[in-house]
Amino acid sequence: MKVVAKRPASLKDNKFHYCPGCTHGIIHRLVAECLDELSLREKAIGICPVGCAVLAYDYFNCDMLEAAHGRAPAIATGIKRLLPDKIVFTYQGDGDLASIGMGEIVHASLRGEKITVIFVNNAIYGMTGGQMAPTTLLGQVTTTSPYGRKKEWEGYPAKMAELLSQNEGSAYICRTSVHNPANVMKTKKAIKKALQIQQTGLGFTMVEILSTCPTNWGLGPIEALDWLEKNMIPYYPLGEFKVKEAF
Amino acid sequence: MQKVLMKGNEALAEGALIAGCKAFFGYPITPSSEIAEYMARKFPKMNGVFLQAESELAAINMVYGGAATGHRVMTASSGPGISLKQEGISFIAEAELPCLIVNISRGGPGLGGIQPAQSDYFQATRGGGHGDYRLIVLAPSGVQEMMDFAIEAFALADQYRTPVMIMAEGTLGQMMEPIVVREPVTKFYDKPWATNGCQGREPNIINTLHLSPEYLEERNRHLQHKYDEISRREKKAESYLTEDADLVVVAFGLMARIVKRAVMEARKNGVKVGMIRPITLWPFPDDAIIKAAQTAKRFLSVEINMGQMIEDIRLAVGGRIPVDFYGRIGVIPNPEEILREILMLAEREGLR
Repeated sequence: MKVVAKRPASLKDNKFHYCPGCTHGIIHRLVAECLDELSLREKAIGICPVGCAVLAYDYFNCDMLEAAHGRAPAIATGIKRLLPDKIVFTYQGDGDLASIGMGEIVHASLRGEKITVIFVNNAIYGMTGGQMAPTTLLGQVTTTSPYGRKKEWEGYPAKMAELLSQNEGSAYICRTSVHNPANVMKTKKAIKKALQIQQTGLGFTMVEILSTCPTNWGLGPIEALDWLEKNMIPYYPLGEFKVKEAF
Repeated sequence: MQKVLMKGNEALAEGALIAGCKAFFGYPITPSSEIAEYMARKFPKMNGVFLQAESELAAINMVYGGAATGHRVMTASSGPGISLKQEGISFIAEAELPCLIVNISRGGPGLGGIQPAQSDYFQATRGGGHGDYRLIVLAPSGVQEMMDFAIEAFALADQYRTPVMIMAEGTLGQMMEPIVVREPVTKFYDKPWATNGCQGREPNIINTLHLSPEYLEERNRHLQHKYDEISRREKKAESYLTEDADLVVVAFGLMARIVKRAVMEARKNGVKVGMIRPITLWPFPDDAIIKAAQTAKRFLSVEINMGQMIEDIRLAVGGRIPVDFYGRIGVIPNPEEILREILMLAEREGLR
């Protein structure tokens, strides 16, 4: 018998707690596969956010830390500066990274911290129960924008990949999606590239991944994938925003 | 032994280097900035890390990450900056990450002023952030102690896996005194819990989230058990002329040096007065207070605030003896006004 698929060594044998249809599980697996394929598991140190992925330390089979809300890039900085030969990654959601942690992420990028940020953008606060995120789309209904997000009141959704690509310290900034198999594979490629660029020490790397939240969007898993494609991709275009080739 | 003239903030920074500190993460604020500036000059030449963070929040979280690697790391700030760091300090306490946090203190509340003060006593000794935790808090009273306590702080932090705070009034940071520079520390602690890559072992997790109520309580009991042990073993105070004292003045830090002079003068005036200087603000040296309370008739707490440590003295004496208070903020009480206060108390209470 031939093994054609198995759990990556960089994932622990624990059941994910994520809701049915949530794409965090896919993204966890992609990160783990990349760590495996680059033989980085024993060199990797990961930092979990506050949010749905707060328990990621139960899933990634490498050294892990749990951060306060939004502070993962600062913790990653402390680690990487003292252990420059290790591979340091943060796994953050949109509330964590683009709202309460906006300062930390922008300055980590400006300093060119040699870390990799996995930024999961699902346009809503998942864990706290579907409140408005900085990435919530205009018109999108959430529990704290019950009449839909209005530009006159809440302002505009944050385009983090575009924003951080402006910083000289950013070496690789890419936005991908996991709404269908082709894009899942592109996401994996981007994560791998980000980790490889971290290894070369070129600077800050981030993959923003458009993701679904069927529970808080009030949609079925398939409808949620469709909603992502129809509503998120037009505002959050996919692609590489910054690729630094050399020093 | 040869002495060198050093500024308090620089002596503290040099003490941290002597203790093997490998990184400083901080944000500028008066009157603590010389510590950061000293590290900014030194670390690049010795393969250490000095990094000016974008905020106090980021700085304390860099300390969290740095301490998690197993290296000795520190930060320094002052009142308003220490308030901003409280989120991270709470996480660090629960994650049991050893590190040094320095508060070169100034007066609050709010932006307050930049004059020296002791008004962060409650914040320092009660944990400061959310949750049930404590910091070991050391209060130096001279430039030599700024260096010595920095060295001791790292040892205590590693021994108990706990953040340690040095709280020193701004004056101590700014003033110069001749000191003996200590030998480099050679004793270090194994840190098998560090998150530094899991090669050859199971992965380590540093985490403060405990969703199971039973486990959360277990974690809290574990911390309290540790704090009990620290309380039993690490209380420290200096007692001066307390054996026959009717009146015992309690003061810490720089204030204690000023009080000492007033005590000497009061003795010349026939008042049997002594002094207790808490060196550890937490654990509070209530043993020294309780001992003095066996013979003393009255206590006087002198602080550069509106009355904070007095609560710990009252807890220690348990209502058996009256505790008076004298304090100022914005200005440091001088020996003459403390002497006046002592003589007035002695007169009023018939203590001579």
